[in-house]
Amino acid sequence: MSASDPIDRTRRNLIVATSIAGGAASVGAAVPFVVSMWPSERAKAAGAPVEVDISRMEPGDLKVVEWRGKPVWVVRRTKEMVDSLKAVAGKLTDPGSRASAQPDYAKNEQRARKPEFMVMEGVCTHLGCSPQMKTLAAKAEMGTDWIGGFYCPCHGSKFDYAGRVFKGAPAPLNLPVPPHVYVTDTTILIGDDKKGA
Amino acid sequence: MAGRLMALWDWFDSRMPSVAEEWRKHAAEYYAPKNFNFWYYFGSLAMFVLVIQIVTGIFLTMHYKPDASLAFGSVEYIMRDVWGGWIIRYIHSTGASAFFIVIYLHMFRGLLYGSYKRPRELVWIFGVLIYLTLMGEAFFGYLLPWGQMSYWGAQVIVNLFGTIPLIGPDLALWIRGDYVVGDATLNRFFALHVIAFPLVLLGLVAAHILALHDVGSNNPDGVEIKKHKDPKTGHPLDGIPFHPYYTVKDIVGAIVFLAIFCAILFFTPEMGGYFLEYNNFIPADPLKTPAHIAPVWYFTPYYTILRAVPPLFNSQFPGVLAMGIAVMVLFFLPWLDRSPVKSIRYRGTLYKSALGVFVVAFLVLGYLGTEPTTVWGQFEFDAFFLDTKEVATWVGRLGTVIYFLFFFLMPWYTARDKTKPEPDRVTM
Repeated sequence: MSASDPIDRTRRNLIVATSIAGGAASVGAAVPFVVSMWPSERAKAAGAPVEVDISRMEPGDLKVVEWRGKPVWVVRRTKEMVDSLKAVAGKLTDPGSRASAQPDYAKNEQRARKPEFMVMEGVCTHLGCSPQMKTLAAKAEMGTDWIGGFYCPCHGSKFDYAGRVFKGAPAPLNLPVPPHVYVTDTTILIGDDKKGA
Repeated sequence: MAGRLMALWDWFDSRMPSVAEEWRKHAAEYYAPKNFNFWYYFGSLAMFVLVIQIVTGIFLTMHYKPDASLAFGSVEYIMRDVWGGWIIRYIHSTGASAFFIVIYLHMFRGLLYGSYKRPRELVWIFGVLIYLTLMGEAFFGYLLPWGQMSYWGAQVIVNLFGTIPLIGPDLALWIRGDYVVGDATLNRFFALHVIAFPLVLLGLVAAHILALHDVGSNNPDGVEIKKHKDPKTGHPLDGIPFHPYYTVKDIVGAIVFLAIFCAILFFTPEMGGYFLEYNNFIPADPLKTPAHIAPVWYFTPYYTILRAVPPLFNSQFPGVLAMGIAVMVLFFLPWLDRSPVKSIRYRGTLYKSALGVFVVAFLVLGYLGTEPTTVWGQFEFDAFFLDTKEVATWVGRLGTVIYFLFFFLMPWYTARDKTKPEPDRVTM
C-alpha cells in the first residue's frame, strides 16, 4: 500500500470508531484508581468533638488540643492581651474578619464567645504550619513594634491575640475559629456548637 | 577457551543482533565531540547516582514500614539493628542531595554552552521533565522517615496545591487522602516513591538519551561537529567514539565523585543539617510545627520565591504561581534565547553578565530559603511601601525579580548581545 492509494473509508471509519470506544473505555477504567485516592470511609468517619477543661488555666496560659488531627489552641487572655486587639487594628489585613472563617458568634473583635478565652485553630492560613505564641517578652526577635500574638515559623506570618493576620505576611486570612460551645463555665466543647451535644 | 567464548557470542549475536547494533549506535560508534571538558561529567554522573539510589532504595524497602505508627521506628531500626543498614540509608540520603548537585551542575552546563538551543530543544525539554520528576521523587521520599520535617514539609507542599483557585482544596484533599497529612498520605507517597516515579524517571532518562544521540552532543564551542565529516568514513572529523574515549573519561569522573561522596558519607552524612535536617530526628507531631522549618536545600531557591510574594486579593495563590512559573519557565528556554551563537565563549558581555547575576541571585535565594525571614534583621527606617521591614524578605524579592528578569528579558538581551564569530571547527 502506498500513500497515493485511495483511502478505504469503511476501514478508516472502523479505526476511528474503535479508537474512540477504546479511549472511552480507558478513561472509564481510570475511575476506580482516581477515586481510590479520596479519603476512605474510615477517614471520613473520624473527627468527633473534643472537650477541654479550662478550670485550671492561668491568665496567659496556652493549651493545645487535637481536633480532627489539627491543633486547636485555647488561650486564657490577660487584660493586656485583650486590650492589644484594639491597638493593632490599623496594621491588620482583615481586622473585621470579613473574609476569614469563623462561626457568627465569633465574628467580633476578640473573635470569641467570651473575650477572656480564645479558641482558635492553630493552623496558618498560608500553608498549614502551626504558629507559635510570642508574647511581649519576644520583642527582641520579633521587632520593636511587636505587641504580642502568634508567629508562624514557616513563612513568617504574624497574628494578633485574636488570630488576625498582620499586613505584609504571606498568610492571606485570619486563623479559623472552630465551632465551639461552653458546656459549663469551665468546659469548652470543640467541634460542635449545639449546647449539650 | 577464547574460541569457545567467541562461538557463544556468535550464537547469541545471530539470534539477537540488536544488542550489538545498539551498542554500536550508542557507544562504540556514537561520535561525540573531542573537546568535552569538566562540565561534561555530570550527565553520566547523574545516571550513576540514579543507579545508586535504585539499588540502595531496594534494600531499604526490605526493612522500611510505610505506616504512620511504625515508619519512624523502622528507619531507626535500619540505622541501629539492620546489618549495614546505617550505610545503606546514609548512601540513599546523601545520594538524594548528590543527585541534585549533579543535576544543577548539569543544567548549568546547558546554560554555559547553549546546549538547549536548536536542534536540541527536545533533549532540554526531557531534561526539565526529569528535573520535575526528580523534585517529586525527592519530596515523596522525604515524607517516609516520618520526622517533624517530613511531616511539616509535606503539609506545606500539599497545601501549595490547595491554594489553586476553585479546585485547590479538593485537590489537596485528594493528594493527602485524609483531612490532614496522615497514614493514608504516607502510604501513597511510599507507593509513588518506590514504583511510580522511578519508572517515569527511567523512561524520561531513556527519552533524554535517545533524543541526544539522534541529534548528537553539543560541546564547549557550541559548533556542530556533523558539518565536517570524513568523506571516506562519514564520521565527524571532530568526533571520537563514545566508547572507549568517554567511557574511560567518565570512569575517572565517577571515581573522583565517589571520593567526595564517600568523604561526606563517612564524615558528615547529615552535612550540618543540610542533607538531613536535625528536626527530622524527632518523630512527626501534628500539633507542633518546629521553631524553624525549611525544605531541604535543593528546594530552597523556589521556597524563597514563594515567601517573597505577598498575598493578593486574600489569596496566597500568587506566591505559589510565582514558584510554579519559576520552574516552568525552564521549558521555554530554547525559544527565549535568540543569540546566534550557543557557547558562552562567543557570547557578548550582556549574556555573560546576565548569567553571572542570575547565578548569584539563585545562590542567594537558595541560602535565604534555608533561614528564617528574620535572619538579616529589620530595616531601621519606615516607608509607605514597606509592608514588612524584614531585610531578608526584601532581598528575597530582589532575587526573585532578578530570577524572572533573566528569563523574561532574555529575548531582548540575547538578540542585542555583541557576539564573537564562532569557529568553523572545535578548538582544544
